[in-house]
Amino acid sequence: MQYAVQLRGVTKTFGSVVANNNVDLYIKEGEILSLLGENGSGKTTLMNMLSGIYFPDKGQIFVHGEPVSIASPKAAFDLGIGMVHQHFKLVDVLTAAENIVLGLKDKDGYKAIGQKIREICDKYGFVVNPDQKIYNMSVSQKQTVEIVKQLYRGAEILILDEPTAVLTPQETQKLFSVMRNMRQDGKSIIIITHKLHEVLEISDRVAVLRKGEYIGDVPTSEATAQSLTEMMVGRAVKLNIDRPEPVNPQKRLEVRNLTVLNSDGLRALDEVSFDAYGGEILGIAGISGCGQKELLEAIAGLQTPAMGSSISYYPPDSDKASNLVGKSPLEISRAGVALSFVPEDRLGMGLVGSMGMTGNMMLKSYRSGKAVFTDRKSPKELAQRIVSQLEVVTPGISAPVKQLSGGNVQKVLVGREIAADPKVLMTAYAVRGLDINTSYTIYHLLNEQKKNGVAVIYVGEDLDVLLALCDRILVLCAGRVNGIVDGRSTTREEVGLLMTNLKEVSPNA
Amino acid sequence: MTQFIALFGEAIAFGTVILFGALGEILTQKSGNLNLGVPGVMYLGGIAGLTASFLYESAVANPNPMLCLLLSLIAALAAAALGGLIFSFLTISLRANQNVTGLTLTIFGGGIANFFGGSLNKLAGGVGQISVSVTSHAYRTNIAPLMKLKIGDFPIGQMLFSYGFMVYLAIALAVVLAIFLRRTRTGLNLRAVGENPATADAAGISVTKFRYLATTIGAAVSGLGGLFYTMDYIKGTWANEGTIEALGWLAVALVIFSTWKPLNAVWGAYLFGGLSRLWLYMPGLNRSSQELFKMLPYLVTIAVLIVVSLRKKRENQPPAHLGLPYFREER
Repeated sequence: MQYAVQLRGVTKTFGSVVANNNVDLYIKEGEILSLLGENGSGKTTLMNMLSGIYFPDKGQIFVHGEPVSIASPKAAFDLGIGMVHQHFKLVDVLTAAENIVLGLKDKDGYKAIGQKIREICDKYGFVVNPDQKIYNMSVSQKQTVEIVKQLYRGAEILILDEPTAVLTPQETQKLFSVMRNMRQDGKSIIIITHKLHEVLEISDRVAVLRKGEYIGDVPTSEATAQSLTEMMVGRAVKLNIDRPEPVNPQKRLEVRNLTVLNSDGLRALDEVSFDAYGGEILGIAGISGCGQKELLEAIAGLQTPAMGSSISYYPPDSDKASNLVGKSPLEISRAGVALSFVPEDRLGMGLVGSMGMTGNMMLKSYRSGKAVFTDRKSPKELAQRIVSQLEVVTPGISAPVKQLSGGNVQKVLVGREIAADPKVLMTAYAVRGLDINTSYTIYHLLNEQKKNGVAVIYVGEDLDVLLALCDRILVLCAGRVNGIVDGRSTTREEVGLLMTNLKEVSPNA
Repeated sequence: MTQFIALFGEAIAFGTVILFGALGEILTQKSGNLNLGVPGVMYLGGIAGLTASFLYESAVANPNPMLCLLLSLIAALAAAALGGLIFSFLTISLRANQNVTGLTLTIFGGGIANFFGGSLNKLAGGVGQISVSVTSHAYRTNIAPLMKLKIGDFPIGQMLFSYGFMVYLAIALAVVLAIFLRRTRTGLNLRAVGENPATADAAGISVTKFRYLATTIGAAVSGLGGLFYTMDYIKGTWANEGTIEALGWLAVALVIFSTWKPLNAVWGAYLFGGLSRLWLYMPGLNRSSQELFKMLPYLVTIAVLIVVSLRKKRENQPPAHLGLPYFREER
């Protein structure tokens, strides 16, 4: 059997950081290979060397048995290697067709191009409108354009970097069926994902990287979630999420008839009412874009609720409730309501990419310095504490956070919010794009907050995690509360149904 | 009526200077380079063209008009392109800050031009003595029969056809540039470089090559504005009064005004040209109130900025990566 791609002894360093050390890897034709590894284990760097973004310091790459040198992205797709990056490489103001033919040398008119795009779509089961502008597209549509773009250029070897991180379960299934069609067609696919059940579902073989070193590979049929995690982490890891019983739950937050209008004047949140209790984790489930973001932002004071909305906060040390509506974000966070929101692009909200960890800690504390000078000492200590407690991989606390890998960025963000000692902690997508081990660290942190009597609100995407972690689950559907269920007794099916089928609102309710 | 026709003529003349500057800068900015050295390269184009034809005309007894034209044109394009090349090298290869580099280029261009302008004056025997009459005449030749065209009493021929060839060259360039950007693959690739160089790079487009070429050619085109001013408007001499610089800044404003569309730049340029000369035709202005009138082009630009940002149309926004350097291995 001929290998589609083979890497031998590939090494890449950035300054003093060794991203990949002497890695050997191969993929056969017509195979789906999962590349697995913790955050910062060098998966993306390795794939970037295949796609010509980086050039290896040492080692040799073979494509279809021939030794090759991939010096540029162009060289990569001349060899039939196409990569769909985690952050899409698309030009927003251009149409799908324009993006697809970008940089190509042919002389086809847009009619011929549209025809060719439709042929590819029909062959593998995509849906793309060639004339649609990218900025009008959903995340999943953009991803489809990216994949079609690679196929249009004749990619035989397709690399997908965390393609499912931003997709809904339904969209993921659609992607997987397309991937199976492509495998049928003899294409080789390398997929990077942290979701083990997806690895087990889609791939033929799993290769594991740990701290830049190649650990080994196993056929997927012989692997389990447990065995893969152990390969990845290097030791046995418990794959159970603790769920201690809430102790002495007290009402912290009372939300009544919360309505938020979006920029088009439509109701992003529609009469949302619920309570959150100290010492419990309230999960919030829902298809993405159903009002999760607006809900958290309204509570944190970043969105203006419509008339008639009420958000009452009950501080632990007094009986008097205070209304949070109309308060500034600063007043709300001083009262003890913390928001750690991990957006799709991670750095967009909450951290400043070009500043170091100390500087980012200071974003919360700079007001506490004496007179005109800021206090840099305590934020520095806090940064060091987060590095050691959460095992943040960084060259140093003064390195700009944008240079850290995605998972480590998230640890910094969540760590800072927890350090503020909140009474209500809201997290959104706290484990988005995180590897198993780090995810469990975060779950553990949340549970610890819960035990300390904090009211935790957890917006998540992974239903299995929500079901294992949360005491109660609130399901949002189209901006409405479509049900609040008990986390211990409910089922996947029940929550899934609540997510997709909006109950008729009876006039008496 | 005569007042209006005179203002119209001035609007076309000043507008053409601005239009060349803006067209070059649109090409440059579409690649993601913000070259604030437009006034500088216009200075370079103006002085280089003037110097070339001055040396040629004073060296031969009977200068050939065609050769005068060609020599000054080549000199202007080359000098302005060199300015763009310096900018490219500093900002693309060395990744210097584009704003600082551009402003420096403006100061540099102005300094060089006035230095050589002074030297030429000295060679010619005194201030205002520079004469390149053959060249200037060649630039200002118009099509005489068309000029006499009239509709009733209205001197349509004088309004539309009384100008030298560069006025029409500017319009033709705008059309060519518009087609290039909108309709060709190379234009598509260039837009991609300015919008999102990482994407363009991953698609196999050489970001460095496109930026160098667009910036250098763009500067050469901008330089024609300076050439037109010295050869046509002030009839082949050197005036050290800063008009070129003022028009250069107007060209930068026009790029924004046109929302990076060459065809908008055409009518915008004549509007700017007219607005910037309007004060000469307003009765009863004194020293300070005429300055208010000179602000009009900038006020219009601000108004356009407000309208464009209110409408939030993505197509009217500046290239997304404008002013930022690109480095492939940066995270």
